[in-house]
Amino acid sequence: MSKNFAQGLVCPLDKNNVDTDQIIPKQFLTSVSRDGFAEAMFYDWRYLADGSPNPDFVINKPEYQGASILLTRENFGCGSSREHAPWAISQYGFNVIIAESFADIFFNNSVNNGMLLIQLSKTNIELLFNRCAQGPQHWQIDLQSQEIMFGNNAALGFNIDADIKQRLLSGLDFIGSSEQLNPQIADFEQSRKASLPWLG
Amino acid sequence: MGQAIANATTLYQKIYASHVVGKLNPSTDLLFVDRHLIHEVTSPQAFSGLKLANRSVRRPDLTYATMDHNVSTQRRSIDAAGETSRKQLEALAANCSDNNIPLLDLTHPDQGIVHVIGPEQGLTQPGMIIVCGDSHTSTHGAFGALAFGIGTSEVEHVLATQTLPQQQAKTLKIEINGDLSSHVTPKDVIMAVIAKIGTAGGNGYVAEFCGSAIREMSMEGRMTLCNMSIEMGAKAGLIAPDDTTFAYLQGKAHAPQAEHWDAAVAYWQSLYSDADAVFDKTVEIDASSITPQITWGTNPEQVIAIDQSVPSPASFSDASKRDAAERALAYMGLAAGQKLTDCKVDVVFIGSCTNSRIEDLRAAASVVQGKQVAAGVRALVVPGSGIVKRQAEAEGLADIFKKAGFEWREPGCSMCLGMNDDRVEAGQRCASTSNRNFEGRQGRGARTHLVSPAMAAAAAIAGQFVNIAANTEYNVTAAAGAQA
Repeated sequence: MSKNFAQGLVCPLDKNNVDTDQIIPKQFLTSVSRDGFAEAMFYDWRYLADGSPNPDFVINKPEYQGASILLTRENFGCGSSREHAPWAISQYGFNVIIAESFADIFFNNSVNNGMLLIQLSKTNIELLFNRCAQGPQHWQIDLQSQEIMFGNNAALGFNIDADIKQRLLSGLDFIGSSEQLNPQIADFEQSRKASLPWLG
Repeated sequence: MGQAIANATTLYQKIYASHVVGKLNPSTDLLFVDRHLIHEVTSPQAFSGLKLANRSVRRPDLTYATMDHNVSTQRRSIDAAGETSRKQLEALAANCSDNNIPLLDLTHPDQGIVHVIGPEQGLTQPGMIIVCGDSHTSTHGAFGALAFGIGTSEVEHVLATQTLPQQQAKTLKIEINGDLSSHVTPKDVIMAVIAKIGTAGGNGYVAEFCGSAIREMSMEGRMTLCNMSIEMGAKAGLIAPDDTTFAYLQGKAHAPQAEHWDAAVAYWQSLYSDADAVFDKTVEIDASSITPQITWGTNPEQVIAIDQSVPSPASFSDASKRDAAERALAYMGLAAGQKLTDCKVDVVFIGSCTNSRIEDLRAAASVVQGKQVAAGVRALVVPGSGIVKRQAEAEGLADIFKKAGFEWREPGCSMCLGMNDDRVEAGQRCASTSNRNFEGRQGRGARTHLVSPAMAAAAAIAGQFVNIAANTEYNVTAAAGAQA
């Protein structure tokens, strides 16, 4: 799917401070693979103690099956740096998360996995939750024009760091772009060794 | 306004500027990384990625590995915490051996929690940039290093290039002046700071702690403080290095050796925020106002002083905080207005990268000395490293704990996150010296209360939470081991 134009069903997760222990609990972190985390996403909230789906958890509600846009509140992804959290969310099928704020490490991890994280004011987040309260929402996200489009010509603009926007649109290899500065890295290593020789 | 102070910079800005290798984009710099610490949980996928792209580790000499997150703390065997843990530990060993990366494995006498051993080995030094695939990397900021947690894609990036793309963070100054009471520890200080700033208040900021209370603090205390900077959302916590820092480092295995020592100290002494540097935000706290702290809810800002009552959800003006409080009370099995000193505990955990260093164990042992763990309470002490463990044994602290009925364990992350077999059962209440009271963190349905080592020790003895400031029986005395 083009990063320029995501669209899909919105799942409203009405909580503050959703931490990465909730997104992917510890028992799934012993894997040495990047794959296979979709079923474990939000494990303790999503499944009852007997392993059956918790019908009260929003992700499990019939009207939100197939959702690809996650709407939530303040400080989403706080806590542990585990990249298993965005892996799980993305493997489940969400490629856009809209929140009042994100924890820094989670934000970087998500961008590094090609996900679009949109930060909006408290007022606008409230407005989006109010829309969701009226019934399931399908929105289109235009990254180029930086707009969330609700249909009927209604839209809400969002801000995004220019460098991150560029990365998401171009899909450039994260490591490859930095490797273009290899000569500068070598120079830096040389000068550091000369000025601070104890650093190794 | 900016021009008049153009030359005045903060410690963070100085470290950042001295590591810029080049510009990647208008607002993104490529920064050099001086130390890259790795462990078994967040590195295997990074090594697979490297292999897939036919890349190699650029600076194995600046990379150090340990086994800590899912090791058994009952015995030193690679298969003691189960099959999947063994595979992950073996993957780390193979990746380190294939790439010439030094590894403190389970057979190494100094093995321990990554944020305990980095400083102990002298790997952590002022002015460095230090990263690790672990959010509590902020711990190393206690030495005046810019240290922060990263994800696995970034681990792979650092392995390949020894650099990381970064943008300048905002700066937050947390000034704490005055004297701490004898029963108030650095853990209480950082919990009081989080209560004031909130779990998201530090998002986008690097925090620098300063003031007379910080200057008076030991390196162990400063590490506890910086460790939990991440719990207020800060990218990193920092403390300018001083004589306390230099004294701690001198003689450590990887610290600058004699021929470089004076030059290193001279460089370290240049690492401070200029007097007229402007911070984006400043918070001031009176150290003497801080009392023993305890969390009542399921995130670290849901904290009160031990003599306060559990707040009513209605007391929160923000609707989502009110909802969060209601959910937290239900999960924790608590009622508004309740005193936590009336709450019994089932489990006591003394350990984690927050509070498993020698001073933490001394404080806990001084409370425990000559007493017994209450009937029905399971209490464990998990030292942060082999060095801490041996020192605690030599000082007689281990005997104090064992005689009192504590389990005395091998080093590891243990019950802080329950990746191994150290878990809190559903519905059990735990007094924990760790850093996160999230739902299910210590085990599904576990009810975690974050406290200082002295508070945890008192809870183990009394079988319930105790206000150690008001009960002389549980006063922290200096040097428990010396009296043992």
